Order: sequence, then C-alpha cells, then structure tokens
Amino acid sequence: MTLARHTGAALLVAVVLLILTVRLSPFRDFQIAEVAAYATAIAGLTYLIGLSGQVSIGHGAFMAIGAYIAAVIGLHQHWPLELIFLASTVAAAVAGGIVGVAAARLRGPYLAGATLMLAVALPSLANRYAGLLGGDQGLSFSVTTPAFLGVTFPPTRWLAWIACIGALITLVLLANLGRSRIGRSWRALRDNEIAAALSGLNVARLQILAFVISSACAGLGGALLAAVSAIVSPGAFTLTLSIGLITGAILGGLGSLAGAVWGAVVLVFVPTYVQDVATSHGLSSAASSNVPIAAYGVVLIAVMLLFPTGIQGGLRRLLGPVAPAASTPFNALRRRGPASEHQEEGTT
Amino acid sequence: MQEFLEFTLGGIAFGMIYAAIGLSLVLIWRGTRILNYAQGGMAMFTTYVALIVINHTGNYWEGFGVALAAGLVLGAVLERTVIRPVENKPPLNAVIVTIGVLIFLEGLAGIIYGGQFRSFPPAFSVVGLKIGGTALGVSRADLFTGGAVLAAALLLAVLFRATSVGLRLRATAFAPNVARLLGVRIGRVLTLGWALAGLIGALAGVLVTPATFLYPNSMDSIFVLGFTAAVIGGLESPVGAVAGGLILGVVLSYAGGYLGSDLVSLFGLAVLAVVLMVRPSGLFSTTATRQV
Repeated sequence: MTLARHTGAALLVAVVLLILTVRLSPFRDFQIAEVAAYATAIAGLTYLIGLSGQVSIGHGAFMAIGAYIAAVIGLHQHWPLELIFLASTVAAAVAGGIVGVAAARLRGPYLAGATLMLAVALPSLANRYAGLLGGDQGLSFSVTTPAFLGVTFPPTRWLAWIACIGALITLVLLANLGRSRIGRSWRALRDNEIAAALSGLNVARLQILAFVISSACAGLGGALLAAVSAIVSPGAFTLTLSIGLITGAILGGLGSLAGAVWGAVVLVFVPTYVQDVATSHGLSSAASSNVPIAAYGVVLIAVMLLFPTGIQGGLRRLLGPVAPAASTPFNALRRRGPASEHQEEGTT
Repeated sequence: MQEFLEFTLGGIAFGMIYAAIGLSLVLIWRGTRILNYAQGGMAMFTTYVALIVINHTGNYWEGFGVALAAGLVLGAVLERTVIRPVENKPPLNAVIVTIGVLIFLEGLAGIIYGGQFRSFPPAFSVVGLKIGGTALGVSRADLFTGGAVLAAALLLAVLFRATSVGLRLRATAFAPNVARLLGVRIGRVLTLGWALAGLIGALAGVLVTPATFLYPNSMDSIFVLGFTAAVIGGLESPVGAVAGGLILGVVLSYAGGYLGSDLVSLFGLAVLAVVLMVRPSGLFSTTATRQV
C-alpha cells in the first residue's frame, strides 16, 4: 500500500518534471539535473542524521567515490550507463560500510571529526594516483545522448532526465525504507540507544546499515553529478561540498525526504540568485562572488536560531495539522537536562 | 640522520600550531560542549585585521597585538550573539551555527579583502638555523612559534589552576548548576571561555599564515588538523590537545618528508583512525560515561 502510494507520487512528479524539462531552457534543465543529483545525496544524509542519529560532516567523500568510479569505468569500459551508476552506488556503499564499522564505535564530536578528516583526505588520492585518477585536472565523464532521441535533442535535457530518474528511484526506495521495520528501528535507537538495545535491536548493525545506505545514495548522487558536470576533479569534492550537503539536509528539515529536495533546491538556486542581485547592485565581480557565501552563512545561522525544523518543518506547521514527526529528530538530540552537562553528549 | 632531525623539529614547529587550534577547541568544548567549527575562520579573519594594521603602521608587533585583541573580542561577541541561544539546544544546532559563522566569515573576508593570496610577514627570519654546519630544519620564526604557543599554554594552565577566575572556569565546565548555585556568573564565564579561545585561535592564525599565505579559506586545512589534534587528545584535556598536536605534526612531517607531500592529509586520517579505534574518546580521555 505504502509502496504503491510512494510509486504513484513519484510517477506524478516524473510527469511534471518531464513537462518542465521540455518547456524550460537548457540552462534550467542543467540546474534541474544538479538539483536531482544533490537531492539524491542529501536524501541519504538526511536519513543518516535524522533517522539513525549519526552525524557525518564528510559525505562529500562518498560522492567523490561514486563520481570517480563512474568516470574511471566510463573511460576504460563500455558499460551501459545504468550499470556504471550501479557500480558507483555499490562502491560507495562498500566504503560506507568500512567507515560505518568505525563509526559505530564513535559518538558525537569524535564521529564528526573522523568524517571531517575523511572528506579532507580522500580527494588527495586523486593527486597521488594521478595516472589513474587524472590529478588536479580530473577526468572527463561524458554521457552521449541516445540516438533514438534525434540529433537535435538538447543534451542537458537528457542529463536532467537521467538525474531525475536516479533521484526519484532513490527517494522512493528511501521513503519505503523509512516506513519499514528498519526505519522504525533507526528511530528507536536514535531516540534512546540503550532502550533500543534492550528491546533486542542490534545497535551496531543498524548504525552500520544506515551508513551503508546513506553513502550508497551519496555515491549515486556523485555519479549523477559527474554525468551532469561532465568532469570529475578533486576541486569539486572539497570540504565546501560536504558542508553544503549537511547544510541542505538541515535547511530542508532533518529526516524529511521532501526536505532533502528543498535543501538541494536552495543549494543550487540561492547562490546564483544572490550573486545576480549583488552584481546588479554594482559590486565588483570578485566581491559579488563572495556575497552568496556570506549570505549562506547568515541563512544557516538564522534558520537554526529561528526555524530549527527547516523548510519542510515550517511548511508542515503552516499547512498541515500539527505534525510531531517533523520535530522529533531535534527532540531526540536534545539534552535531557542540565545535570548531564558533563556526560558525553551527542547522538545517544 | 640529519633529514630525520629536520623533519622532527619542523614537525614539532607545525605541531605547535595544531596544538594551539586544538587548545582553543578544547577550551570551548569544556565550557559549552560545543565544537567550534568557526575557529579557523575566526583566526583567518583576525589575521586579515593584523595584516591591515601591519601594512598601515609598518610595525609587526602592533598587528600581532591587535590580532590577539580582535580574537578576544570576536570570541566574546560570537558567544553573546549567536552561540548563547543554542547553548542548551541539541548539539547539532550548535554545529550548524558555528559552520554558519565559518561560512559567513569566509564570505565576508572575500567581500572585503578579495580572494587573492596575500603574503603575511613572519615575526622573525625564516632562514633555517644551523648548529656547527648542521641544518636544524627550523628557523627563528619557528622557534618563536613554538615558544609563543608554549607560553600561551602555560599561561592558560596558570590561569586555570592558580586564579579565582580559573576556578570559576573549571567549576562551570565541571558542574554548571552547582557552580551557579555557588554564585558563579555562568554566562560571563562562558563568554570568557570563548574570548580566550578566540585569542588562542588568533595567535595560531598569525603564527601559521607566513607559511600558508592569507586568503579566505587559508585556515581550513589548519583547522581540520587542529581539530584532529584535539580529537586525538580527547577534547577534554588541554594537555591532550598539545600532545595530539605534536604527535600529528611530527607524523605528518615524516609522511610529507619521506613519502611525498600529497600523502599528508591521508596520514592525518590514518593517525586519527588508529587512535580512535584504540581509544574511541581520544588518548587523554578520563571519563567513559555515556548518557543513559
């Protein structure tokens, strides 16, 4: 029943996107494709943080893995596109599993520190193995538009279709997972790890599974982003990307898939918009390219201080009946009381 | 053998920088249970302030002093304005707010000063010192770096252990409610903790920037390694932060020297992974309590 509902909703969205991509300009199609790629990665991250209660500040690393696997396979083998994306997803999932085994032992700031370091360290592999991974220049990853669409078919529209299909499949699968026994178990151990363990849940295994699934999403998102931008280079997978992902997840509303899409939309559209406004107000191009960054910081702080449930939480509060689901991730992470100040905080 | 000596001493010099950043993180973590991701950004910003003063007056030490003062003020102002509202909220809120501050400061620096790389003068000569023909791999500037961080760490230790203010700081970190009942003005103490952390961070920024150039993201990698140093040390312990910084500095110096500079951050990850696998709360963690 749930599966049918989610699939139906996804099909509806697919039809809307189909009409949009045909109607809009190639540049807008390109932006839609970017949104879809980011939404795929953010969806996984929002589940990891919002449902299983583990924080990763380094999810850009898994996007890098997915992107590089896609580019390397694309260069050396003639695999069909869906197989390349599948390989990227699997590779990132394996890496996520390895990190997850380590992460299951770590809590709060220690986990944040380890994932942060991962995001910084991993892109340097591209320079170490410059022969295979292309060093600073990176690798090109071109997706050819299939012949049956005709020669005049805009390539960005095809990319937008690919990215949106990938994102929709991911979102449907995640939506079902969130409603399943696994999703409920994640919420249980997020809210109270000890109680969850007492109830017979295998905490470590569930936490590792959350890491595997969210990094698989990030890997697919990275591969989609590689396809969209046609190039994979270390410069695209800096700490800024990782921080952008976590920003998107939080701006949208943690644990919410619709929120992940909102976060991706903000990530793609707000910087260009703010920069246009700044340029039109007569700032030099060097200064105005930094205005979106500063504005971004202000938005982050303001959202956290004023609307801690993010965009989707705010929408739910405005439109629907009182929905406690939107605020639970934060309640769960809230400190139990000032008396526990000296104990370890975090994701317990 | 001589290479080994150079790498070791050079590693210690850089390790002191990581130690300073780690120390500032530990100060804030102990007081407010918040990891300040903006620490690097704050240090970058105060270093810009120092550069402007130095260019204006031509005197390095005026810039140095102004940077430290700016760090002190910046820390206090941030705590009062944006950190105070999230201090008793879930930890993730504070994480996001400090990341927001980091991005804001980097954007602001880009708007005001532009994105180009600027050189920043060192306090003393950067020519390598020699003892009887043997190059030591360190310069006067490195010695000053080590000495300044060490002096700051010792002053902090004295402040914490021998003064009434230090007792208040420790009491607030240990049991805030009891401290409040005993008449400690917790709010002021927390502000002071942030101000001190801002000062130490500003010190690290001024000391490291001659080696890295100054640009809006110049402190990012230094911050990550300082953070790693604090995590290795265990986040609770100032001694741990210094030890973690030195370990990291020396290991990375060997890795960069013997194996190639592109491996440095990977080795940072490796050191962190090994330490956290053996001790999930860092080398110098004392308590293993977890909230039940």
